[in-house]
This record gives sequence, structure tokens and C-alpha cells, in this order.
Amino acid sequence: MIALNGVTFAYDNNARVFADFSWNVRAGEIWSVLGPSGCGKSTLLLLLAGLVHPQAGMVQIGGEEIKRPRPRTGLILQEYGLLPWATVRDNVALGLRIRRFYGPDGRHVPQDEHIDGPEIQTRVDHWLSRLDIKEVRDKYPGQISGGQRQRAAIARTVALRPDLLLMDEPFSSLDAPTRESLQVLTLELCEEANLTVILVTHNIEEAAFMGQQILVLGDPPNRERRIIENPHNADEAYRCAGAYQRACSSLRQRIDETGAADTRRPSRRWKTQ
Amino acid sequence: MSAVPQPPGNPRGRQGRGRTPFRGLSVLGAALVILLVWEALALVLRIPILPTPLAALGTLGRELTQELGRHFLASLLRVVASITLAVSLATPTGLMLGQSERLDRLFSPFVYLLYPIPKVVLVPIVLLFLGVGNAPKIVIVTMILFFQVLVLVRDSAASIRPEILTSVRSLGAGRRALFRFVYLPASLPAVLTAVRQSIGTAVAVLYIAELFATRYGLGYYIYLQGSTLFNYAKMYAGVIAMSTLGLGLYFAVDAVERRVCRWIDA
Repeated sequence: MIALNGVTFAYDNNARVFADFSWNVRAGEIWSVLGPSGCGKSTLLLLLAGLVHPQAGMVQIGGEEIKRPRPRTGLILQEYGLLPWATVRDNVALGLRIRRFYGPDGRHVPQDEHIDGPEIQTRVDHWLSRLDIKEVRDKYPGQISGGQRQRAAIARTVALRPDLLLMDEPFSSLDAPTRESLQVLTLELCEEANLTVILVTHNIEEAAFMGQQILVLGDPPNRERRIIENPHNADEAYRCAGAYQRACSSLRQRIDETGAADTRRPSRRWKTQ
Repeated sequence: MSAVPQPPGNPRGRQGRGRTPFRGLSVLGAALVILLVWEALALVLRIPILPTPLAALGTLGRELTQELGRHFLASLLRVVASITLAVSLATPTGLMLGQSERLDRLFSPFVYLLYPIPKVVLVPIVLLFLGVGNAPKIVIVTMILFFQVLVLVRDSAASIRPEILTSVRSLGAGRRALFRFVYLPASLPAVLTAVRQSIGTAVAVLYIAELFATRYGLGYYIYLQGSTLFNYAKMYAGVIAMSTLGLGLYFAVDAVERRVCRWIDA
């Protein structure tokens, strides 16, 4: 699904964030990307989203080199990115309206996707119900809770039927119960739609709960990939299981070993719940 | 004045936009007080240059269907044409400057120099170049509105939060869709605020511009009645008509703004 081959990237003339970095993800896998702030987690997502481009090497998704945002990739950010002047319903419809605006041109919109008014309405209604935000559909983002905003952002993205979901710290500004219910909901949605997921987080517990595999990034430039296998079927019960607790502590240990949390800037940069 | 009740969970309310809360009734009350003070002054002073409001309003009623109506229409059309012209020129320019730091760096010195110039001093120059008729009046009022709209739209486009642009681009939006779905709706409040803020100045300068080289417009009418024909009742009727023009446009833009920008108070 995803192949990074010898990717080198730096912002303008700054130090490199990635240097000859390679990484592969198979379709249907759920990955957490874990690392301290400034390690290049978000940059990795922007590279995958086609919003920034490597100076050397290649980013491929589904066998195609990524040169611009790919219509089947969904991106969800910590700050939601909802339009403040549009109601929840209009925000959820935004991606579909953009597709109708361009038509199936193969560049902004998949060539086999024909979106019309009734189709938008059907899909929006479906996802408003599925994400449990139907009651707030006529409210503006400023009038609803953080959890509802993130639900609206997720609905807006999954309404476009993506096959790859990129999430950048999607739950980190939410309170613990909201965060946990959204984590479970996200995993359910991924299973329903057989999505490939890359979830970026600085939270060890979240990485362990969500990711079947965990990519650990350290201080840039990142050259080698450090991958931790974390096979499990995450559900609400898993959070209370001994296996989960063991996964978290072994993850913390592995991070210390790999030197990702280096001694100059100690574990303060690692947020735990 | 009683406070406007605010919905729960909405601490900013109307005051979030820096407005005094008011109701239609209290505005009517204020208008009545102003008329009463005028009436009292006129009754006490008893001079021909201050007719009573009733006399002035009576003349206004009669004149509107005759001569004054034509002048009112001429002024109204000039202002509306200027607003249309200014908004349709300044909005795309402001959006372009707001989107591109490079362009903004190039043009901001010009805006910085030209924006604060009181456009009214340019009236004689514009008249010299454009001569008689509507063109010079529309151009001068357009210039006033243009810079106000330009600056506010530019700043609103530049202040769109980057995560909105990133996420909308990730939904497949290219330049055209970003313009249509983000920049345009985001700048609408700025356009309306700019027009609302500068409508008073625009009408004032229109008055000045209509003193010269024209035989239509409220400025011409007021000046003619007051300084040449010494018909003070008609002059006052003209003054009321011009005030109503400014007020009416202000209220109209304000109403549109409240309707379109409900989300700001949300």
C-alpha cells in the first residue's frame, strides 16, 4: 500500500528530517507512529498526504508516486480543520461538494466517482448518524464540544470513502473518556471499511492501543526505521488487559533503548495519560 | 436599555463583534428624542433657517414624488454602483494579496501610502480628468470603499488558519476549490464589515462630489435649495433624504451581515 524508498526531506534550508528513509505498509494495516515533538511525525504524514515532497527518494501509495494529494487518502488533524462559517452538516458535506465541483477528473476526484446532490445528502445523513452527531448537524463548530468536532472531521473524511486514513494527533486535545471512545470508534470504522491507518501520536498508551505495528521516530534526521510489532485486537476490554499494560511498558523500554528519547531532553517530552 | 438575552454557552454574544446590543424599539425611541429636541429648538428660536421637523418632513413627503425623488435616485444609484465596483475589484485583489506573501510584500507599500489619503481631496483632480456626469462621482466613492475592502479582505485571507487550508486541500481541493469553499466565504464578513464601516464616509464624499459639475444628486439639490433658492424647508428635506440614504444603506448591509455571519457569534 505505502512504500517510502530512500526518502530525504528537509524544510527549505533547515536540517534534514528524513535521510534515506525507507518504510513499507501493507493494505489494511493499522500503524501508530510514535515520537517526541519535532521528530518528524507530522512531516511523515504530510509526505504521505502529498502536501510536501521529498528532495530525494520516492513516496508511493498503491503503486503510484505521490506528487499531489491523492483523492483516496483522508487526513484528520488535531485541530479538526473544520470551516467555522459552515454548520456541522455543511462541514461533513464539504469534501463531497468539492468532488461535485471538480467532477470525476481523475486528478482531484477518482475517475469512477460521480457525485450529485442526492448522493451527497444520503452519504452525509449516513455518516452524521454513524458518528452520532445528527443532533448537532445545524450547529456551527464553535457551538459543539471538541469530541463532536473531531467526529465531524472524521465524518467529513470517511464520507469520501478513503482507503487510507492519515491521522495527526487526532485525539490529543480531548478529555480521556472522549478520547477513548473515539479511539474505539475509529478502530471500528477502520474494520468496517477495511482502511489502512497511519496514526501519529506522542502518547505511548494511544500508540499501544491503536497500532498493530508501531513506527518509532527519534531526533531527526531519521534514517533507520524502528518498528515494534504489537499484534492485538483492540477493543474496550483490551485497555484493561494485562497484555496492554505489558505492551505499554515494553514500548517505553524499547523507546529508551533506541535512544529516541535521548538523555539531553529526557522523558518530559513523552506524554503519558 | 435592557440587555439582549444570550443563549447559554455563548459568552460573547453580539458583543463579540464589538456592537452595542440594541433593539429596534430603542432605536425608534432615540429617533423620537432627536426629533423632539429639534422641534423644541425650532419653536424656541423661530428663525427661517430652522423649520420644525414636521414642516421639513411634510416638504420631504411632497418633494419625494417630484423633484427630490429624482435626485435621491441619482445619488442612490451612484453609491450602489460604487459599492458594486469597489467590492468586485477589491475582493479578488485582497484575496490575492492575502494568499501570496510575495505579492503582498510587493504591493503593501503602495497600499500603505494610498490607504490613509483622505480621498475627498482628490475630488478636484478626478473632476478635472473625468469631467461632468456620473463617472467622477462613482470613481471617487469607489476609491474610498476599494481600499477599506482591500485591506480587510487581505487581512482576513491572510489570517485563515493553516490547518483549515491543509485539511481542505487534503479533501481534494486545488486552487479553484480553495477559493470557492474557503477564501471566498472566509472573506465575506470582511467585505460586509468594510462596506458597513465606510458607507458613512462614502455618502459624505458623494455629497461633496455632487456639489460640482452635475445637475442631479442630493448634494446638488441641498446646495441649490440652501444657497441659491433659499428654500430652507426643501434644503432640510434634502438633508433628511441624504441622511436616510446613508442610514438605509448602513442598516441594509448590517442586516445582510447579521444573516450571513451568524457563525461569528456562534
